[in-house]
Amino acid sequence: MSIITKILYAIISVIVATIWGLTLGGIVRKLYARVHGRYGPPFWQPFIDIFKNHGKRVAISHGYMFYLGPVFRLAGGLGTYLFIPVIFGSVVFSNFSMAGDLLLVMYFVFFGQLGMALGAGEGGHPYSPIGVARGLSQMSSFEVPFSLSVIAIAIQYHTLNITDIVAAQQGGILNWTLFTNPLAVIAAMISMLGMNMHSPFSIVLAPQEIPIGPPIEMNSSFLATLQTNRGLFGAAKLVLFMNLYFGGAAHPNIFVALLIMIAKTFLIYMFSVFVGAAFPRFRPEQSIRFFLKWPTLIGIASIILVAYF
Amino acid sequence: MKDILTNLEQNFAVSNIEKKRDDLYFINVEKKQIISVLTYLKDYAEFTHLAFLQAVDRIEENQFQLTYMLYSFQHKTNFAVRVLIKRDNAEMISIHKLWKHAWQYQRELKEMFGINFPDSPRVDESFVLEGWEEMPPMRRDFDTLEYSTKTFYQRPGRSTNDPKKYMEKKLYKDFAKSPVIARKDG
Amino acid sequence: MNKKDIKNIEKEMKLANEGLTEKERTLFSDARPSKVDLQNKYFEKFFNWARSQSLWFLGYGTGCGAIELRPLMTSRFDIFRYGIAPRPSPRQSSVFIIGGYASIKTIKRIVRSYEQMQGPKFVIALGSCTINGGMYYDSYYTINRLDHYIPVDIYVAGCMPRPEALIAGFQKLKKMIIAGKCDGMNKYAENFDWYKKNQKKIIKDWNMPDYNW
Repeated sequence: MSIITKILYAIISVIVATIWGLTLGGIVRKLYARVHGRYGPPFWQPFIDIFKNHGKRVAISHGYMFYLGPVFRLAGGLGTYLFIPVIFGSVVFSNFSMAGDLLLVMYFVFFGQLGMALGAGEGGHPYSPIGVARGLSQMSSFEVPFSLSVIAIAIQYHTLNITDIVAAQQGGILNWTLFTNPLAVIAAMISMLGMNMHSPFSIVLAPQEIPIGPPIEMNSSFLATLQTNRGLFGAAKLVLFMNLYFGGAAHPNIFVALLIMIAKTFLIYMFSVFVGAAFPRFRPEQSIRFFLKWPTLIGIASIILVAYF
Repeated sequence: MKDILTNLEQNFAVSNIEKKRDDLYFINVEKKQIISVLTYLKDYAEFTHLAFLQAVDRIEENQFQLTYMLYSFQHKTNFAVRVLIKRDNAEMISIHKLWKHAWQYQRELKEMFGINFPDSPRVDESFVLEGWEEMPPMRRDFDTLEYSTKTFYQRPGRSTNDPKKYMEKKLYKDFAKSPVIARKDG
Repeated sequence: MNKKDIKNIEKEMKLANEGLTEKERTLFSDARPSKVDLQNKYFEKFFNWARSQSLWFLGYGTGCGAIELRPLMTSRFDIFRYGIAPRPSPRQSSVFIIGGYASIKTIKRIVRSYEQMQGPKFVIALGSCTINGGMYYDSYYTINRLDHYIPVDIYVAGCMPRPEALIAGFQKLKKMIIAGKCDGMNKYAENFDWYKKNQKKIIKDWNMPDYNW
C-alpha cells in the first residue's frame, strides 16, 4: 500500500475520531444537565464553540512556547490515536499500528500533558502552574495502576502489539480481557476515572477553585486547538481501552464495526460519567493517595495472578 | 446589668445612660476615658465582642459622634458607648490593641470621615476609594450631587417620580377607596 | 514624507504608559489597539452565526446585578440551553455583563478585563444604574453612563431586571450579532482616545498600562 493512501486513510480515521469524541463530549454535557434537572446545551455545542474560537479576530500570544503548548497537546492526541488500530481487520481504520505500539501509546498519553505544561507556564497566570502541578501529579499517580495493568496484559498475551492483543480476544465475549484477567481491567478502569478527569478527580480543571486550570490564558485559536484535541484524545483513550480490555471492534462490514466501536466506547465512557455525576471532587492529596492505594494493589495482584498461576 | 451601670457611674465620667430596650443600652463617655471604659467593659463586664465602630457627622454642633457597639454573649445584651469628638482636625485614640479587627473600621473612618487614628495599623491606606482627592465624602458638607454632575456624565432626560403618588396614579387608582384604607385603623 | 517624520509619527502613535514606573514599562506593550477589518462576507456570516450560538460571558459580578447571574446557570433558568456559558477568564469570554452600579474602583477592573477580552466582544449593561446612574445618580463614587467608558451593545433596564429580562437581552444580542451590528471592539479602537480621556478623568490612581493587552 502506498504511503499516500495510508495518509488518506489516517486523515479519514482522525476526522471520524474527532467528530465522535466531540459528539460524545456534547452528549455527556447533556447527560450531566439532565442529572442536574436542566435541559442542557445541544449535543453539537462543542463544535460551535470550536468554530467560534477559530473565528475570533485577535489572539494574544505570550511567546514561542505559548504557541507550541497547544501544538504539543494536539501532537500528543494525534500520536496516541494514530498508533491505535481502531477497527480490527479494517484497512482504513488500522492507522499506523505496528509491533510494540502499546509502549509508544503509553508514552504519547503523557507527552501532551508535558507540552501543555510548558505552554501554560509561559502564559504567566498563577492558576496555570497550579493546574499543571495538580495535573502532572495526578497523572503520575494514575499512571501507576494503568501501567501495572498494561504489564499484566503484556505478560498474558506475550506481545506489545495492540493488534495482536485484539486478535487474541476474538471469538466470543468470554475471550475478552474483562473475563480472562478481571483484576487488570478493574485497575485500569479506576485509573481511567482519573484519565477522563470527571468529578472525583477533576482537580486539574476544578472550575470553582482554580478556574479551568492550565488553559486559563489560552484564547481564540489556541483554545480551539485544545478543544479539538480534547475530542480526539478522549476518543483515542476510549478506543485504547476498548482494544485492550473489551475485545476491540471487529466485523466484516466496516459500518457495523464502526457502530460497535461507537457503542463500546460510549458504554466505557459512561462508567466515568456515572461516577462523575454521583461523587464530589477529591482534593489533590486525596486523589493521589487513592490511586496509589487500592488500584495499585489490584494491579500488582493482576500481574502476580497472570505470571504465576 | 445594674451593677455594671453603677460601677461605670462611680468610676468613670459617664453621662446620658439610656436604656432603649431590655437588651440595648447607650452611654456617653469622655474621649480621654474611652480606653479605660472599653477595657472595663471587655475584661470585667464580659462585653467581649466589638460589633462595629461607626461615626455620625453632627455638623451643627461641630462634632463627630463615634459609636462603639459591644455585645456580650453572657448577658445577651448590646452596649453602645458614644464619644463626642471635635470636628476640626478630628482625632481619636485607636483601640486596635483591645480588638484587633478595629483597625479595619478605623481605616474606613479615616477615609470616609477624615477622623485620624494615630498608631492604628495601615490607617492611611485607601479602603474603598482609590485615588480620592476631595474631602472625605461622608462629611455632610460634601455635596455629592454637585460632585457627581461635575465628574460623571449625566444622561439628559432623566426624571424622578414620587413613588407614592406615581403608584397611586398608575396602579392603584382606587386604592384610597379600597376597604383597607376605609377601615380607619391604619 | 521622510524617515524622520515617519519615526515621529510612530512615536506619537505609541502609548505613553505614564501610570507605570520606568522598570514596569518594559514589561507591557505600548501599542495602540487597531481596527480589525472584516473577513470575507460569507465567512463573516458563518462566524457571526457561530458567535451568536456560543456566547461565553465573563463570570465577573460587578455590583448587585451579579446576583441575577447565579440563577441563570442553575436548573431554574438554565442558560446553557441557549449556548451561553460562564467562563472564568477574560481571555476566553466574549460577553461582559456589567451588573448594575459600577463604582470607580470597579470601573478600573472593568476596563482592564474588557481590554483583555479577545474580540469580537460584546457588553450587556444590566440595570438602570448603567444607563443613567439609576438610584445612585448623585453618588460620589458610582458612574452614571457606562457607554462613556466602554462601548455597550445591549441595555437591560430595570432595578433589578429579572433573569428572564436578562435572557431576553441575550436573545436580542444574538439577533444583533447575526445581523452584524455588534462591533464594539472596532468602535473602541477607533474612539480609543476619547474612551481613555473619560476613563482617566475618574480613575485617578492609574497604575496600569494604557491598554491592557
